[in-house]
Amino acid sequence: MKRLSTDRLWAMAVLAPSIILLAVFVYGFIFRTAYTSLTDWGNDPAQAFSLTPIIRFIGLQNYHDLFTSGLNTRFRQDLVSTLFFTIFFIAGCLGLGLAMALLLDRNPKAEGLWRTIFLFPMSLSFIVTGTIWRWMLQPQGGLNQLLHLNPASNGWLTSRDSVWSFDWNKLPLITAVLVALALLWVGWQALRSAQRTRMGVAFGCAALLLLWALVIGPNVKLLPAPELHGFNIAFIGIIIAAIWQMSGYTMALYLAGLRGIPEELREAARVDGANEWNTYRHVIFPLLAPITLSAMIILGHISLKIFDLVFAMTGPDNGPTDVPALLMYITSFRQNALAVGAAIGTVLLLLVAIIIVPYLASQFRSQEGHA
Amino acid sequence: MTSTPLSPTSVSSVHKSPRFTLTRGLMYLGLIVAALFFLLPIYLLIVTAFKTPDAINLATTWQLPKFLNWASFSDAWAKVGGNMLNSLFLAVVATAISAMLGSLNGYALSKWKFRGANTLFALMLFGMFIPYQSVLIPLFQFIKSLGLYGNIWGLILAHVVYGIPITTLIFRNFYADVPDALVEAATIDGAGFWGIYAKVIFPISIPGFVVVIIWQFTQVWNEFLFAATLTSSGSQPVTYALSQLAGGQAVSWNLPMAGAILAAIPTLLVYIVLGRYFVRGLLAGSVKG
Repeated sequence: MKRLSTDRLWAMAVLAPSIILLAVFVYGFIFRTAYTSLTDWGNDPAQAFSLTPIIRFIGLQNYHDLFTSGLNTRFRQDLVSTLFFTIFFIAGCLGLGLAMALLLDRNPKAEGLWRTIFLFPMSLSFIVTGTIWRWMLQPQGGLNQLLHLNPASNGWLTSRDSVWSFDWNKLPLITAVLVALALLWVGWQALRSAQRTRMGVAFGCAALLLLWALVIGPNVKLLPAPELHGFNIAFIGIIIAAIWQMSGYTMALYLAGLRGIPEELREAARVDGANEWNTYRHVIFPLLAPITLSAMIILGHISLKIFDLVFAMTGPDNGPTDVPALLMYITSFRQNALAVGAAIGTVLLLLVAIIIVPYLASQFRSQEGHA
Repeated sequence: MTSTPLSPTSVSSVHKSPRFTLTRGLMYLGLIVAALFFLLPIYLLIVTAFKTPDAINLATTWQLPKFLNWASFSDAWAKVGGNMLNSLFLAVVATAISAMLGSLNGYALSKWKFRGANTLFALMLFGMFIPYQSVLIPLFQFIKSLGLYGNIWGLILAHVVYGIPITTLIFRNFYADVPDALVEAATIDGAGFWGIYAKVIFPISIPGFVVVIIWQFTQVWNEFLFAATLTSSGSQPVTYALSQLAGGQAVSWNLPMAGAILAAIPTLLVYIVLGRYFVRGLLAGSVKG
């Protein structure tokens, strides 16, 4: 059906300001940050905010320094910290959120009240949450008192200990092995569903990676000396606070999913003689799988961007609980090393894009299918 | 994900009538344990805020205060009150502008589909997932070059622009549920783009506006990174002031706790009164409907 073209022009005209603003503020600024990261702007602090700074193009030098220079151990520890933080944060939110949703799905009395209690932290600022939990986790404070823990051995945020350390030099090796294992799993799935091409590609790539890991990998050295990075114990408190704030969100997602499962399906499973556990295992959990994936993606990108909570709980200058988002802020706006800050920002963007771009693409592909 | 726009607040109880058995006992036990996890920090927050500095010590951390020390709140207000007013102005103005833009965008994208509309929309949505650290330096320079650094309008501009994706998303999905037949009928009556918006779309948009306004108000009120980067002492919102209040070393804890309560009250009130709309905004951010 044809509509008047002036109306279509109006639709474009209405969208135009937003499109221009986003083109500049999102894509233009990302491009500009990426360009800045290839220069030496601010590497000499005197040049950072001078009116006519001398800025030279130095290619990928800033990235090279971040990943291999002895001055940037903090950045590498931050990457490792973010990885551990993300894993525990997502696991905690999914576990607690699913448990609460399953409990609420059994129709307790005053269901709305329980739901309100589980979800209210979502309406708070990370700064408020951080302030509260910082007080809870003082060595002489709330949680140690409540649980009768020894303040000397449970310093929470003040801890300097680290576990599961590994040598940064082994990172390419570890990455290659993990990716190879993931590919083997993909290949195994393809084998079971008889997708020959996918199986061949997956097994082939896995074999190449493992071969590399066996022959060349052990000799790759990013740094002249071993450099240990691990999971800093001080993060445990921040992870607890983050789960406190965000697990209500996964609960809401799961609860919406559970409410969407038709009662007939559960009935059918019961008629087939499935007990409660089997109904969950074979009927309900598989139906919740897409929600789990969405939640992992949303929580994962929140976790990579985490900044305010850390700032509020341990301040901007606490080494053991630093994250890349905070380091970018400090590097750019306290130390005025703008190009290095831009490089950290770009690394952060790439990490988030790896998660978000496929997600957006799949959401829209499935939508085209429906239309 | 298209099958889950059902908000958990719209309870459709089809289960069997509950009987009190062992499993139901365990269910309530689980609920109570979870509720304690969420409420104990709030209990500590409130009792600490009402104590005098010298009453806050190791032995009595979890005890109720002997008397209510309201001075904590007046002291905290003296430190963050002005910033709360900044936040209020910021959140109201930024929310109003981005809600209006979102409504028009959502209408144009859902009822006047053109080639590439979906791709364009996906490109817009990417803007709500980016880490703002990846645009922070150019944003800072841009705001500065406009002469808006340290001015609340610079912060409003940033929040309006980066709020466009989510408000557009919520309205687009909301309008997608409006039957096209309504639009067709108005077209036959001779209404054009604006006529249809004014007569058909806008009058039924109230729930959409409520969801968007609540969501955006909460987000802007709670935001911290832009607040810390784009403002100076006169225009800082409450999140920044609270981080400064709590960040000092020899801090007497009743003050930051009272400040946290003050900073939390507006969004918490909105959530408690209009919770179901809040949840809809929450789910809209991940479920594309």
